[in-house]
Amino acid sequence: MAKQVLDALLAKFPTAVEKTESPHGDEIAWIKKDQLVTVATWLKDDPAMSFDAPVFVTAIDRLDWRPIGAPPSTHWTEDKPRFEVCYQLRSSKHRHRLRIKVAVLEQDGHCPSLAGLWPAFDWQERETFDMYGIRFDGHPDLRRIYLYEEFVGYPLRKDYPKEKRQPLVRRDDLPINPIKAGGKPGDAR
Amino acid sequence: MGVELTTTRLEDAAKWAKQSLVEKASNWGRKFSLFSYPFVTACCGMEFMSVAGPKYDLARFGAEFPRFSPRQSDLLMVVGTITEKQGPALKRVFDQMAEPKWVIAFGVCASTGGFYQNYHAMPGCDQVIPVDVYIPGCPPRPEQVLDALIMLMDRIQDGRGHSQLRTKREQLIAAAQTSDE
Repeated sequence: MAKQVLDALLAKFPTAVEKTESPHGDEIAWIKKDQLVTVATWLKDDPAMSFDAPVFVTAIDRLDWRPIGAPPSTHWTEDKPRFEVCYQLRSSKHRHRLRIKVAVLEQDGHCPSLAGLWPAFDWQERETFDMYGIRFDGHPDLRRIYLYEEFVGYPLRKDYPKEKRQPLVRRDDLPINPIKAGGKPGDAR
Repeated sequence: MGVELTTTRLEDAAKWAKQSLVEKASNWGRKFSLFSYPFVTACCGMEFMSVAGPKYDLARFGAEFPRFSPRQSDLLMVVGTITEKQGPALKRVFDQMAEPKWVIAFGVCASTGGFYQNYHAMPGCDQVIPVDVYIPGCPPRPEQVLDALIMLMDRIQDGRGHSQLRTKREQLIAAAQTSDE
C-alpha cells in the first residue's frame, strides 16, 4: 500500500527523489536536501497523502563507512554521507507510512527543519541536534534539550569517547576531583 | 527483629563507656526517629514503595514519615540513577538538610552508576555527597534495605555517621584553636 506512496512521490517529484528502497516493507525515500521542505509540504497537504502523524526524527552516524585513519572527506560522499537524518511519517487517515532520509555531510552538518510543518518535530529536532549536532535550518529554537549547556560535543556520535563524562559538580574532598584537576567541563576524567 | 545493643563484649562496653550519657541518649533518639527524604529518580522507587508499604514496613524502625522537604528530614535516600545533570540538584538538596544528616545510596545505580558507563550517568552519588550506607542490588530486596537501615542505626548509635564524625572533627579543631590562643 505504501508502495503507492513511493510511486506517487516519484511521479510528482522525479528530480527531488534521489532513490527509493523498501527493506522489510519499510518504504524509504531519499530526498535532496534543497527540495525537502517542498516535498514535505506536499506530503502533508495532498489529500491522497495527508501525512498528519509525525512519528520521529533521528540521525544515523555512518562513521564505520570510513576506514580507521582515513581523512574525513575521502570516503564520505553524497552517496555515502556520514549522517542520515530520518523523518518517519504516518497518515492516520490512509494508514500508510513513509520514511524520508536526507544525506548530511560531516563538513556541512546542516539540514532543513520540518518543525514549521509538523510542530511535533520541534523537540525531536532539538534532540537530534543535542545528540548528533545536526543543525536544522529554520528551526524556531534550536537549543540542547536533554544535556546541559556546558556540555561540549555530541555524545551519540560514534567518535565521542564511550566513557567521557563532563561533570557539573563534584565533592571537594574526593581524592581526584575531575573539575579541579581538569578545570574545564569538557575535559575527560 | 530489632537492634541488638550488646554490651557484653568488651570492645562494645569500652565504646559505650567513652560516649557521654547525653550523646548516648541523643543518638538513641536520633536512630529511632529517622525522617527520610526519598530522592527517587528511577525504577528503584518501586522497591522503596514496597519497603515503605505495610508488608515490609519501614515504620517499624522509626523511619516513619517520608518528608518531601529536605529541611524537615535527616535521612536522604538516593533511590535510582543520578545523572550528571542532576548532580547540582542533589548537592543542593543535601546542603539544605539540617545537621546531623545521613545518606543511604539505594540500589547499584546510586552506589556506583550500575550498568551505565557513559556520558550521562554519574558513577555513584558519592561523587557529590558523602554516603553512609550503600545498598547493592538492581533493585535491592526489601530485606536488604531493612538490613541497611539497621546498619545505619548502629552507626548512628556509635556516632560513626559522616555528618556526626564531621561535627566531632570540627569541634576538636575548634577546641584546639581556642587552647592555642
